Amino acid sequence: MIDQLISTFETGNGFWNPLIWITSFVIAFLIIYILRGFGKKDYKKGTGQTQVFLSGNPEYEKEKMHVKASNVYWGFTEALKWIYNLFKKIHTGNTSDYVLWFVVIMAVLFLILGVI
Amino acid sequence: MNEMLDYLVLNSPALVVAIPLLGAFLTPLVGMINGKLRNLFVIFITLLTGFFAVLLANDVFTNGIRTYVFGNSSPMTNPVVRIFFEVDGMSAFMALIAVILPIVAVIYSWAFMEKETGLNKYYTLILLMTTGMLGMVLTGDMFNFFVFLEITSIATAALVAFWTNKKNSVQAAFKYIVISSIGALFVLFAIAIFYGQYNALNMAVIANSISYSFLDKIALGLLIAALAMKAAIAPMHMWLPDTYSGAPSSVTVVIVGTTLASLYGVFRILFTVYGRQLLTIMRQIGEFSVTSSIVLGVFIVILATITIVIGVFMALKSNDFKRMIGYVAVAEIGYMALAVGSAISTFHIADGTAAVQMTSYGEMALTGGIFHMINDALDIGLLFLVAGAIYYATKETSLNRLGGLSRKMKYTTVFFLIALFAASGLPPLNGFASKLIIYQSIYQVNPILTIVAILCSIMILAVFVKVFHSAFLGPKLPSLKNVKEVPKSMLISMGILAFLIILFGLFPEYIINNIVEPAVNALSNPGSYISAIVGGA
Repeated sequence: MIDQLISTFETGNGFWNPLIWITSFVIAFLIIYILRGFGKKDYKKGTGQTQVFLSGNPEYEKEKMHVKASNVYWGFTEALKWIYNLFKKIHTGNTSDYVLWFVVIMAVLFLILGVI
Repeated sequence: MNEMLDYLVLNSPALVVAIPLLGAFLTPLVGMINGKLRNLFVIFITLLTGFFAVLLANDVFTNGIRTYVFGNSSPMTNPVVRIFFEVDGMSAFMALIAVILPIVAVIYSWAFMEKETGLNKYYTLILLMTTGMLGMVLTGDMFNFFVFLEITSIATAALVAFWTNKKNSVQAAFKYIVISSIGALFVLFAIAIFYGQYNALNMAVIANSISYSFLDKIALGLLIAALAMKAAIAPMHMWLPDTYSGAPSSVTVVIVGTTLASLYGVFRILFTVYGRQLLTIMRQIGEFSVTSSIVLGVFIVILATITIVIGVFMALKSNDFKRMIGYVAVAEIGYMALAVGSAISTFHIADGTAAVQMTSYGEMALTGGIFHMINDALDIGLLFLVAGAIYYATKETSLNRLGGLSRKMKYTTVFFLIALFAASGLPPLNGFASKLIIYQSIYQVNPILTIVAILCSIMILAVFVKVFHSAFLGPKLPSLKNVKEVPKSMLISMGILAFLIILFGLFPEYIINNIVEPAVNALSNPGSYISAIVGGA
């Protein structure tokens, strides 16, 4: 039973063993943690070191600084506007359009199966 | 004691469906006594169903196919007049999915639906949905499959519209019932074609007699299109985000199972009922024979790729948490379809025998696809429970109005992170193992498919990073200052799914060998499914 649990999974072209992965991850974490210990220890809480620097502009209240979901990935969605316009056009929310797509796929299936 | 257990195992195919069905009709009566007693009763019924499903699955995985006859069990000459339940590895695997989700849903509902009225009807419908789902995956009869499909659809539509005061919920239920009715109608049409030709409704009998005539091709087209629509394969996926976001989260978790049950229907039709017939040569191009399996496989792969791309792109743009998960669920369905389409395209006749075989990477793709089914149920299920928890605590689903929740909802945040890693296919959780198999196997069909699949998986990670940033990180919002962690019953439900996700992630080899492989073998060897009913080798 334990042999089965810890055995390595052969994927056909490689292998995957989560336990080895976790062990490697823990070792890497420990090495990083030790290296971190060699860093400078001159961090002073509550001084200018901890304040946000916005190119000299004043810092707004934290609630106003939080980036809202609709602004996240704005650049990505803007650059791929043409794809989004296409997808938006398809997603009409109209039930009869949903059924239309079903009819289209059924017709294509009939076509490729040699029915029509 | 052993005799008693043997007796229970013998009757488990019937009990797995009968217990939630009887429980459904008893629920309103128990509810008349006391609400808490009703909740306990429903949890007991789902756990009891789960117990029998595990007994049945264990028996099938150990001893092979189990058949159960409703009606006259002898003589076995005319299977038409009886209903057979035929449980092979694939059915047993699906039954496990179909019981896990209702169990967590009813535990979650205890607190999540506490303030609602009409809970007798709610729990009755949840149990009817469970009955339908289990019936769909256990039956060996085409017409019976249609009946259970209808039970599932009607119960689901009623539950989606449970919040009748919400416009979106009622609208989503309307869309769902229209789509389901049309799908079911075409399934019934296909069954009529089979019955007209072969005078049979049993899947094994039809599979044994099927000649891939002109009418059989029509039936194949009808079944694949209808069940693919119910499984939300693009471009027939649009009902899914509407339905998933319109229903209460506790219901959505169970609907994830019904969607997978429809996908199971596609697999059963393609691998078991048609199987060998898909090797019919459609066209000869030089030495290369274009068979139906290649044409269908390529078609499914194309649709699956479109499903994945549309799913992740739309999810990235969504700002409603539940709708976003709905689109990710569409993409995840695409991964399963991609794997299965690739597997079908590798069908060939084994040298020296008449048996249908897949190439080694075809079998691997099928393994990945089936393993991904249970992973998807757990990952997407947990995401919807987290979405429900956020809604319960804030009455919000819009990510624009959320923020800083990790400060008040620590456990929910941890569960979200587990679901995030799992659904995005990050190691060491379960989604990684199944996606790794899919990536490697479809690479041999076409490397571009692997590239698209990996890129889209990275985009899924981006989708959930957006959720994590918007909802959980950031400062405490003044509008959410009274938010507190959700009640224990909801945490327990999320905990159960998170535990299973970690378990499946840490021991993929064990899960694949003991649960997934029997399902893969059942699909790749339809001969044993057929011979269990009609006899012969």
